[in-house]
Amino acid sequence: MYEFDWSSIPGSLPLLAKGMGVSLEITFTAIVVGIVWGTLLAMMRLSSVKPLAWFAAGYVNVFRAIPLVMVLLWFFLIVPNLLESLFGIPRGSDMRLGSAIAGFALFESAYYSEIIRAGIQSVPKGQMAAAKALGMSYGQAMRLVVLPQAFRNMVPLLLTQAIILFQDTSLVYVSALADFFGTAAKIGDRDGRLVEMLLFAGAVYFVLCFAVSQLVRYYQKKLKTA
Amino acid sequence: MITMNKVSKHYGSFQVLADCTTHVNKGEVVVVCGPSGSGKSTLIKCVNGLEPFQSGEITVNGVSVGDPQTNLSKLRAHVGMVFQNFELFPHMSIAQNLTIAQIKVLGRDKAEAEVKGMQLLDRVGLRAQALKYPGQLSGGQQQRVAIARALAMDPICMLFDEPTSALDPEMINEVLDVMTELAQEGMTMMCVTHEMGFAKRVAHRVVFMDHGRIVEDDHKDAFFANPSSERAQQFLAKILQH
Repeated sequence: MYEFDWSSIPGSLPLLAKGMGVSLEITFTAIVVGIVWGTLLAMMRLSSVKPLAWFAAGYVNVFRAIPLVMVLLWFFLIVPNLLESLFGIPRGSDMRLGSAIAGFALFESAYYSEIIRAGIQSVPKGQMAAAKALGMSYGQAMRLVVLPQAFRNMVPLLLTQAIILFQDTSLVYVSALADFFGTAAKIGDRDGRLVEMLLFAGAVYFVLCFAVSQLVRYYQKKLKTA
Repeated sequence: MITMNKVSKHYGSFQVLADCTTHVNKGEVVVVCGPSGSGKSTLIKCVNGLEPFQSGEITVNGVSVGDPQTNLSKLRAHVGMVFQNFELFPHMSIAQNLTIAQIKVLGRDKAEAEVKGMQLLDRVGLRAQALKYPGQLSGGQQQRVAIARALAMDPICMLFDEPTSALDPEMINEVLDVMTELAQEGMTMMCVTHEMGFAKRVAHRVVFMDHGRIVEDDHKDAFFANPSSERAQQFLAKILQH
């Protein structure tokens, strides 16, 4: 029978917290960039200018058809070299975090753009017509009337996507970046207590994600009664 | 004020509007009626360019709507429109609904826009609702707010697209009363409506449409007393029974 030994956890909490910091940094940056870039992609896709619509459709389809872990590896292997040669950044500087964030942001944008596109389409067409009838330009109508309503409807889906994104950040282990999961695995290896460490890490992921998903449910109920 | 000359529109091979020619003079109230699917709503949406049309010409206050050079936003800012489903902005308070376009489109400052908004709310009898949201008002109240919102832009004419069709019967009159008052003050109005009582009381002329064509365009007394086309006779017989 396996004997559990949790004693190495308390001492490693500072390191684990640092790892969590990396995971959260990737998550939040990817959410912010993903929503901004995703909104632009969604508007391009709905635009009547055909080349813009094609570009956005192509982008979304490509990123949704490739496994995330491959995107991360490419960014880990290619982007640092590219930046080094473009901006003369000294060789060997650690760009794992930067390339991981870039990879996540561009990948998640594709998913966010589909959520946002559905959100924009969920706003009745009459709203755009009413805004235009008042003399607003397309941009004003979008910014002041359509998008605020679209985002209000989308909050639950955006948060759900954020949960998935947070879990997916554990995939940065392919670049040996010390995120929460990577740190836990390393410490577990070091102390010969991998099982305990990974169980603990799993519990932390569960608590955080479950809490946010409860928040989503609460918000959805509120949205229904409003 | 509004002129239409041989306006035609089609979706693919389906003809929605065919050679529609009519006009609305300054201070005139013209009611557009006809069976559903006859193109009335499409016609009125062509006036402010919300619906494009393929041929013919529409001018509003001398400005050609179909001309690609025309700044449609600028034109629309002074052509009020009221929709069947009100289309108030649900994420803004009533007061914000009344001020947003004044501020963002006309460039009025906030205080000025608020004073104007409150005056118009007062006028439609809804001053007390200023801080509520559209979802908290009845349909009739929402439509009155929508009229006030359009009036806040100081329009040179008003377009009404079936303003009472989505309302419960007991709320229709409160909206028609506001419209009647507006007409009596000399507002130029084009109204798509089935409210023949309103047409009889308020309109100067009635335009009757069927299958995308303007079948009758006559003084209201002549239209109600003695419609010349068979289609209009049938329509009136049905609609005036109740």
